[in-house]
Amino acid sequence: MTTKIKIEDLNVYFRETHAVKNVSLDIPQNRVTAIIGPSGCGKSTILRSINRMHDMIPTARVTGRIILDSTDIYDRTSSPVLIRRRVGMVFQKPNPFPAMTIYDNVIAGYKLSGRLNRADADEIVESSLKRVALWDEVKDRLRRNAMDLSGGQQQRLCIARTIAVKPDVILMDEPASALDPLSTLKIEELIEELKDKYTIVIVTHNMQQAARVSDNTAFFYLGELVEAGGTRKIFTNPEKKQTEDYITGRFG
Amino acid sequence: MNGMRVRSLKNAGMMLLMGLATFIVLTPLIMIFFHIVKMGAGSINLDFFIQIPSPPGESGGGMANGMVGSVILILMASVIGIPTGIFGALYLSEYEGNRLASVIRFCADVLSGVPSIITGLVAYTLIVVPMHGFSAIAGAVALGLIMIPIVLRTTEEQLKMVPGTLREASLALGVPFWRTTLQVTLRSGLKGIITGILLSIARVAGETAPLLFTSLGNHFWSKKITEPMAALPLQIFNFAIAPYEDWHRLAWGGALVLVVVMFGVSLTARWFNRDRSIG
Ligand SMILES: Nc1ncnc2c1ncn2[C@@H]1O[C@H](COP(=O)(O)OP(=O)(O)O)[C@@H](O)[C@H]1O
Ligand SMILES: [Mg+2]
Repeated sequence: MTTKIKIEDLNVYFRETHAVKNVSLDIPQNRVTAIIGPSGCGKSTILRSINRMHDMIPTARVTGRIILDSTDIYDRTSSPVLIRRRVGMVFQKPNPFPAMTIYDNVIAGYKLSGRLNRADADEIVESSLKRVALWDEVKDRLRRNAMDLSGGQQQRLCIARTIAVKPDVILMDEPASALDPLSTLKIEELIEELKDKYTIVIVTHNMQQAARVSDNTAFFYLGELVEAGGTRKIFTNPEKKQTEDYITGRFG
Repeated sequence: MNGMRVRSLKNAGMMLLMGLATFIVLTPLIMIFFHIVKMGAGSINLDFFIQIPSPPGESGGGMANGMVGSVILILMASVIGIPTGIFGALYLSEYEGNRLASVIRFCADVLSGVPSIITGLVAYTLIVVPMHGFSAIAGAVALGLIMIPIVLRTTEEQLKMVPGTLREASLALGVPFWRTTLQVTLRSGLKGIITGILLSIARVAGETAPLLFTSLGNHFWSKKITEPMAALPLQIFNFAIAPYEDWHRLAWGGALVLVVVMFGVSLTARWFNRDRSIG
């Protein structure tokens, strides 16, 4: 099993708030890694450090190293733009570009960057939408506004838009928490299908979801990594008392 | 039962007061409008739009040079005021909380509070004096300075309303920061920004004071922007205080044109802003 992302001694601060404390974690390639823990424990913060989203927040400071394949993504020579093309992100609330059509949303990564090759566009749109099992639902209305879609469809469109730019890693921050059960199920099935090609890191506060979709699980509490390992092991035979308490619903 | 009566009496009283307030607000507006139409309509004819003013004492003529001058001055002022205002607002929204941002915000506030005649004086000192002469450029600078804070503030308000999740979506796709700013942030607020621009144009279109000792005015066509240039409000002002009947008539015609144009611009601005909430 190859390590895709190696997090070493990661610390994230927002002014005085020490949100992530000395976290070291290996994320294996072509697996789904779940990040769980009570609200406010730093799950999103960790996830967002993997594609340098904290760069945009003036109060945020990141120390430590995150190695993607062999590049240190926080190295001075690493470009956040190129990192983000390799590490895509899906957000909690579906956020398609509201002024764009379904078609344009899929190729938004190319279009907005000014590197769209018209000849490839149709191909990219079709294959990306097929990959997220949305093609059959929308192929007759590609030129319609993306906001006409249901919440679950919008989220799958956002995943299609992410994979359209051909990343290796997809970060998902509670991607189904704003969706109904049926849409949630579809997203979970999709995650299962995507992992043959992508390394997926998913934040979730839903224990069953973590157990269903992930191969590995990391449990965080108050900014610290409490325990990480195979999902089956974490859920059936955790080493730490805190983990057990959280998983069995005794707190959080 | 008695309580009911008191309440409905109060209600009626309040309705009366509000009706009165509406009346007080609308009456002068309607009176001004009708008066201007009554006085100005007679002067509006083809000549008014294609002729320059006739010499004192002669009848006829028009305000073509003033209208064209106003358009040129506003275009030049827009070149100064619109980009500066928009980039200032972008800076404020992207670098919220940084030291320079508070300086910019403070300057914009001060600038929008400065009486326009003072802005004219500034342009006089900065441009008319060193260039040894009144010029359209100086007038445009004065108007541009007035536009900056209006464009900046309305743009900033619009940018604040653009959801952060949209910018993040773009950045997470590996779209460079400045492209995200221009194509996602600015685009999403575009309608509101255009509204702000139109309102700033409506505002400076009627400004007279800042042009008095900058653009100065011109009885004839201006050939260069380094020369004095006529502007509609200046021409109205100069003709209204002159002792010639014919010039008064032209001034009324000019006032009517100005009011109609400003009304049109404001309406367009509203139209652009009609469904801002949907984006
Ligand atoms: N942009 C930010 N500015 C300041 N504090 C933040 C910011 N983002 C997160 N935090 C703080 O960092 C901590 C972890 O937050 P987060 O990673 O969002 O938690 P989770 O996703 O596990 O609910 C919280 O205390 C939160 O208040
Ligand atoms: Mg979170």
